Amino acid sequence: METPGTPLAELGKPYRESFGNSGIIVSKIDDLLNWSRLSSMFPMTFGLACCAIEFMSTGTQPYDMDRFGMAPRATPRQSDVMIVAGTVTFKMADRIKRLYEQMAEPRYVISMGSCSNCGGPYWQHGYHVVKGVDKIIPVDVYVPGCPPRPEALIEGILKLHEKIKTESLLQS
Amino acid sequence: MSEQLLHEKVQVICGRDVQQAEQYSPITFRLQPDELMGFFERIKSDTDLYIDRLSCITGIDPGKDSEHMEVLYHLESITAGILFAVLISVPKSNPIIPSVQSIWKSANWLEREIFDMYGIHFSGHPDLRRILMPADWEGYPLRKDYVTQNEYHGIQVEANEESKTNSL
Repeated sequence: METPGTPLAELGKPYRESFGNSGIIVSKIDDLLNWSRLSSMFPMTFGLACCAIEFMSTGTQPYDMDRFGMAPRATPRQSDVMIVAGTVTFKMADRIKRLYEQMAEPRYVISMGSCSNCGGPYWQHGYHVVKGVDKIIPVDVYVPGCPPRPEALIEGILKLHEKIKTESLLQS
Repeated sequence: MSEQLLHEKVQVICGRDVQQAEQYSPITFRLQPDELMGFFERIKSDTDLYIDRLSCITGIDPGKDSEHMEVLYHLESITAGILFAVLISVPKSNPIIPSVQSIWKSANWLEREIFDMYGIHFSGHPDLRRILMPADWEGYPLRKDYVTQNEYHGIQVEANEESKTNSL
């Protein structure tokens, strides 16, 4: 039975032209590993304040976080990146630290918004707020804003991609 | 019910001349801690007032010079359309007032919050723990003489020395 639409052989033409007829790509294993890792950075499903709303918006259709292979996971054990979206209180600090420690390595942290970066509006008289989540866990990317728009968070994600690209799992 | 009538009604229930707190809105009466429970029980069952809701409890620290702290109860009758408040004064040296959670269950968490922020104890409360701050936090943050602790679980609390004290 004949299928409607363009034949597969026709669709594959540009790929054959760029890769040649052998169908083989020569690359470094490090690059391949990094490419596969950064293409499926599962973030942990959690939010602390209003930044979490923008984090959720980033997952919706107009911004579509899933195109980076980012499907939120509801457990730290299956997560690759922790997006700290919101105000980190001292009561929450212990929990965040524990969640970070439960994540499997290699693990990454994106600090989203002013509160998480430096304490934000609570930096001076906020007795209850940790003045930056980097006081408790290491941070890879800081996203400024109060709260940052989804575009800003996506730029943070792309910055993290750039960082991962330069890493090496094979070389000591 | 007019404010005049309400004031008279409160005086009848208390059996004495009750002062109105000035510059408070809604109308606010100053009561003694020991007459609190009896008063609340009466206004809850009173057929004219029928106060069926304790909408909020507020703690007040008037300042470093004051020897007293205050607790403000906002009382409401949804049925009769009445809203007024009761102001209680407690000494800072021994801040204990009776818990009203046996009359209004909503007082349970509200009193815990006042305890958490001001260190006012509510005698007879079944579960007087901190509600917002961590259980091992030092001091009561909304007191005017509060000094923030240096660190919590190894994390520096304030960004600089100036931020440790309440500037107000």
